[in-house]
Amino acid sequence: MTNANEPSGQPQPQISPTSTAVPELRTAAHSRRAFLFKLSLYLNGAVGAVLAVPILGYLLGPAFRKDASYKFWISLGPVSNFPEGETRLVDYRNPVTTESDGETGNVACWVRHIQGNQFQVFAINCAHLGCPVRWFEQSKLFMCPCHGGAYYEDGSRASGPPERGLFQYEFSIAGNNLMINAGQMPTLSNSACLKKPLVQIAPNPSAKDQEETSWPA
Amino acid sequence: MAGMKQRALQTYAWFERRLGLTKPLSEAAAHPTPPSSASWWYVFGSAATVLFMLQIVTGILLALVYTASAGEAWASLQFLNHSIYLGWFLRAIHGWGSDFMVAIVLIHMVQVFLFGAYKYPRELTWIIGVFLLLFTLGMAFTGQVLRFDQDAYWGLGIGASIVSRVPWIGGPLVHLMLGGPIIGGQTLSRFFVLHVFVIPGVLLAMVAVHVWMVLHLGVNEWPMPGRIVSKATYDREYHELTSKQGVPFVPDAAWKDAVFAAAILLSVIACALFFGPFGPSGQPDPTIIQTAPKPDFFFLWIYAVLAYLPPELETPFLFIAPIVVIGGMLLLPLVAGEGEKHWSRRPVAVLMVAVIAVTLGVFTHLATFTPWSPLMEAWSGDPTPTAYLKGRSPLERQGALVLQDKQCRNCHALGGVGGMRGPALDAIAARMTEDQIIRQVLQGGGNMPAYGNALSPAETRALVAFLMTLRGNNLSPAIDASRTLTQSGAMRIPVPQAPSAKTP
Repeated sequence: MTNANEPSGQPQPQISPTSTAVPELRTAAHSRRAFLFKLSLYLNGAVGAVLAVPILGYLLGPAFRKDASYKFWISLGPVSNFPEGETRLVDYRNPVTTESDGETGNVACWVRHIQGNQFQVFAINCAHLGCPVRWFEQSKLFMCPCHGGAYYEDGSRASGPPERGLFQYEFSIAGNNLMINAGQMPTLSNSACLKKPLVQIAPNPSAKDQEETSWPA
Repeated sequence: MAGMKQRALQTYAWFERRLGLTKPLSEAAAHPTPPSSASWWYVFGSAATVLFMLQIVTGILLALVYTASAGEAWASLQFLNHSIYLGWFLRAIHGWGSDFMVAIVLIHMVQVFLFGAYKYPRELTWIIGVFLLLFTLGMAFTGQVLRFDQDAYWGLGIGASIVSRVPWIGGPLVHLMLGGPIIGGQTLSRFFVLHVFVIPGVLLAMVAVHVWMVLHLGVNEWPMPGRIVSKATYDREYHELTSKQGVPFVPDAAWKDAVFAAAILLSVIACALFFGPFGPSGQPDPTIIQTAPKPDFFFLWIYAVLAYLPPELETPFLFIAPIVVIGGMLLLPLVAGEGEKHWSRRPVAVLMVAVIAVTLGVFTHLATFTPWSPLMEAWSGDPTPTAYLKGRSPLERQGALVLQDKQCRNCHALGGVGGMRGPALDAIAARMTEDQIIRQVLQGGGNMPAYGNALSPAETRALVAFLMTLRGNNLSPAIDASRTLTQSGAMRIPVPQAPSAKTP
């Protein structure tokens, strides 16, 4: 926002007209030394560009990793641990951890055994902003302590600020074990959710959320 | 004695010959300041700088012990608090220093805004100041993450959930923020680097430029109603003012800065002594879900805004509002670089400050007791007032049990105790008829979940019977105005009596 009629603090020395007017100065601007100096600048620019490639690659590495590369099938224990008709809290160790993760590498999730081989495995993170939801058996609701999101026992949105139902893990029964496909913190931008509109409040939640809440991220 | 003085002078001269700093420094210290600006209103910028220095010193001292590893950070904070001599005090000073720094930076900004000091030729000083505010808030947020407890862990989850809402690149951004698939070791390392290397480095450089510009352009003169800033005349007027009446910054103005800075430092020390360090709260174990995470004081208002925004507005608001607000602050001096400086001639500016302050204050206050959050333990912890059980029939008392057992109290208060998410139920039957209560309980709506699947018909009957006895101070029950009419047969299908335009 420099203004043309803005007075400058001190009168600036006018260099360019003089340098073109006086032939000696003009040749000095094209001298061998000036050329070498410019060349050195280009050289450093080129080296900087070469150096920038590995630096940016290192820095942005995590951003380019595919969701799928974090996903693994892991066991939540024998099916007999989950009585029919009940929703239980289960902890598991994230399949991808590093030495420095410590206890943060443990993850909790809610397992709902509907009947037979029908399960629902909900992420602990509220679909609003990721706080841990708690299950209330008597009122058959999941409630979030942060901003008051509430979900029904099938994970569909009941009330509050969440845009959608709880995130769900893919599950399978291997032998007698309940397995889930897990590995990363569920958010609205995980692969399964990308195709959908950002706002997912359906007028009829029971019909729509059933198909939306599966979360194979 | 004289010999020692002589030797000291010689040593000074030896250094000065090589450093050559005395002349520029004394010139900077003695730069002419408008006499009215040697005021107690002009002390906040220097106080913020002094607090920043305090944060750097205490931060380095804490880094002697702190372990930036997700598995050990929490334990190292406990070690600092309990096992290191005066470790708790250093943590307390760093924590309170951070709160004071944010507060002083905000006050400094409001003062500069109300005094019109951002106008020509100090536009760029203001713009850099806006970035200084943002980076100060960045320090406060990243510092809260380094206090790696439950609040920090779930705060990161909230951060990641917000970032995930960025259109198109949300997913990669979350991975970039967390450094991996989950909140863990790499996440903490990232925030450690931001808090300890990146942001302080940028802050130091920008503070240097900010202070340099104050020296270069001179301290803003005290605004007078009717004294208009114009690019054509300001430089000459300011030069006249400072050359004729100007006083040297040191000592005429600087003593007030020094006294205020000392008072602020003493306040930080006092708060640290009396209130102690911040946390850490529970350990950052994500399998401990009995937690209600909360941000630090200066971010509480965001917590409240996120609870009150309608879901469909939240994502657009989260990304458009900051751009508008920050863009507005950055553009302010470029749009309003001339004109009146005095607050009495700038009613819109004064009104803006008042509205923003009240808004942020109200949101912050609300976030201290979070009326939007269900109280997770209310159903088992808060008793039903005995007055509400006296003279009730067995069915109604059974309903009181249902009310407790089904966690209604987590959102609804009775006798002033319980959640505030939904309305208090003390006088519910004076506001809603029996039919309305039954419908509301079974179908929910208006931010209440439907309980149709969680209540048996018998439970519903008992619950509604109990709720029908809650009429406050013996208010008359709510009635359905149309019911008596229907029953008495007074309400019939209206038959047009008078001839209307449509009648042939």
